[in-house]
Amino acid sequence: MPAFPKKLLWVLLALAFLVPLLHPLFPDVVSDYRLFLVSTMIIAAIAVLGLNLLTGFNGQISLGHGAFYAVGAYTAAVLMDHLNMPYWATLPCAAVVCFIVGYLFGLPALKLEGHYLALATFALALAVPQILKYKWLEGLTGGVQGIVLNKPEVPFGLPLSEDQWLYYYCLVTMVILYWAAANMLNSRSGRAMMAIRDQPLAADTMGIDTSLYKTVTFGISAAYTGIAGALSASAIAFVAPDSFNIFLSIKFLIGLVVGGVGSLAGSVIGGIFYVLVDNSAQALSMFVKNDLGLQFDLSAYTVFGILLIVLMYLMPMGIVGGVYLLMRRLRSLRG
Amino acid sequence: MEQFLQQIASGLANGAIYACVALALVMIYVSTDHINFAQGEMAMFSTYISWQLMTWGLSFWFAFILAVVFSFVLGVIIERAILRPLHNAPVLSIVVVFIGLLAICNSVAGAIWSYLIKEFPSPFPKSSFGIAGVIGPHQLGVVMVTLIVLGLLFVFFRYTPLGLAMRAAAQNPQMARLVGVRVDWMLALGWGLAAAVGAVAGIMVAHIVYLDPNMMGGILLYAFASALVGGISNPGGAVVGGFIVGVLENMVAYAGNQIEKATGIYIIGNGEKLTVALIIVITVLTVKPAGLFGRVVVKRV
Repeated sequence: MPAFPKKLLWVLLALAFLVPLLHPLFPDVVSDYRLFLVSTMIIAAIAVLGLNLLTGFNGQISLGHGAFYAVGAYTAAVLMDHLNMPYWATLPCAAVVCFIVGYLFGLPALKLEGHYLALATFALALAVPQILKYKWLEGLTGGVQGIVLNKPEVPFGLPLSEDQWLYYYCLVTMVILYWAAANMLNSRSGRAMMAIRDQPLAADTMGIDTSLYKTVTFGISAAYTGIAGALSASAIAFVAPDSFNIFLSIKFLIGLVVGGVGSLAGSVIGGIFYVLVDNSAQALSMFVKNDLGLQFDLSAYTVFGILLIVLMYLMPMGIVGGVYLLMRRLRSLRG
Repeated sequence: MEQFLQQIASGLANGAIYACVALALVMIYVSTDHINFAQGEMAMFSTYISWQLMTWGLSFWFAFILAVVFSFVLGVIIERAILRPLHNAPVLSIVVVFIGLLAICNSVAGAIWSYLIKEFPSPFPKSSFGIAGVIGPHQLGVVMVTLIVLGLLFVFFRYTPLGLAMRAAAQNPQMARLVGVRVDWMLALGWGLAAAVGAVAGIMVAHIVYLDPNMMGGILLYAFASALVGGISNPGGAVVGGFIVGVLENMVAYAGNQIEKATGIYIIGNGEKLTVALIIVITVLTVKPAGLFGRVVVKRV
């Protein structure tokens, strides 16, 4: 997978930081609601990034990353609710808790490969809402009702709205995490991770401690997704068990597949994509009903499902990989 | 004591359902090495079909047969159209396609029939059926129907030429092809049969869990647990595993109930059924991946 062009990355980053400041000029275009939407996209991107570290770069399939997202969200929510911890301090806590949970889940996962690992993580994703409702945890998690939180307040009297602040908060978190992931993948450990994905036996004989790398990668991946969960807890200011169902994990999978398995930039694209489709499902449904004249409530998941299958046929490397392949072909045609 | 018997009986009834779904999973696994994550949603879809036919005025058993036939055809079509071309694709692609199927089945069912929970009738007469106080009429009926279906499948695979050809295609595709078995079609047929068996399970369980697009989530998880307990490469094992897991599930809840009564401490109950299944799945996978009756896979290095 090619590296994302550096210049383009900087331009995009500068744009991302400047756009909210245009609010006074174009109040309708850069509205608070849109910024909030973009914040949820950023959160989704981080979650997909976490999944990609595990599935894309280390070759361990996970259909249950919604579980780690839930652990992150609940860690943040419980800390804020019971210990009055400030929202920004919950991120490292969620990361640590999720790393431990992910690492522990990674231990039995060591013995599983391919379909079996998918099966175990699928089972995890199905069971998560019930585990969160467990009676003994009710005092902490608030049971079925969940926990209601406050949105992050704007600090230091900055002249920003709540949503603008949230946007910057998410953006900075993502930039840091993205940078860390890019550096990690570009290091010895990152290459070891990918070696395990491509040739587990060869990696083992080269002296790579495959078990250690696999479990630690599981932990790191869970930590990333957990941070996304913690961010979402403060962004939505609410957590409830039934929002962490199997379909959450399916959304991450969509992000992974659409963006590109084994591509960091692809994870961001994938995250943006699934939030976009999720939010425009209603418009899509209206389009099907009014313009195509079909009496059919098109839901986002129908689109997701069809896309998953079609992409596996046309672009198994995701959109980023597909575009790259296309560009290379065009170039070879010209040259 | 009577409560204990009741728990076992209802466990057997649930187990019959798990056995069916587990068998469907194993049939696909044995022949193609794929785990069908969409099995539950496909069964749910077939159940809706039978519900729709019934609201159009068909009798239960007629709707049942039509829905099962429909599932068979759908299964064959899915295999031929979607999975066949991906036969040599990496595991992730296959898993993703199954998840895609799951999402499509679920959302399309929701779009056509809405997410409202619906009542589903039971075909078995209320009185003079079942044993009073131990097993209800519907539960007994479910066990009987499943046993009949399983028996038919056994006879089909054991004593008919087509069944033999299908087994050959699953066990050794190359050799089967050499002796003139059309392996591709056998696999598609296997898919169709699996979908049909799943549909039977869905229609039987809908009276118990009610009809809604997410009704099969928990059942699929228990079916996975059953298939793994019995050994995912062994159809007979899957059936036995289904009954074991069904009884076990109820026993765990019953024991939790008794403990709570005796000591007042709540440990486990009906609310933790999926967690129990998760624990079974992970324990079997890590401790004894071959299950009770499965073939031990040895990897050559």
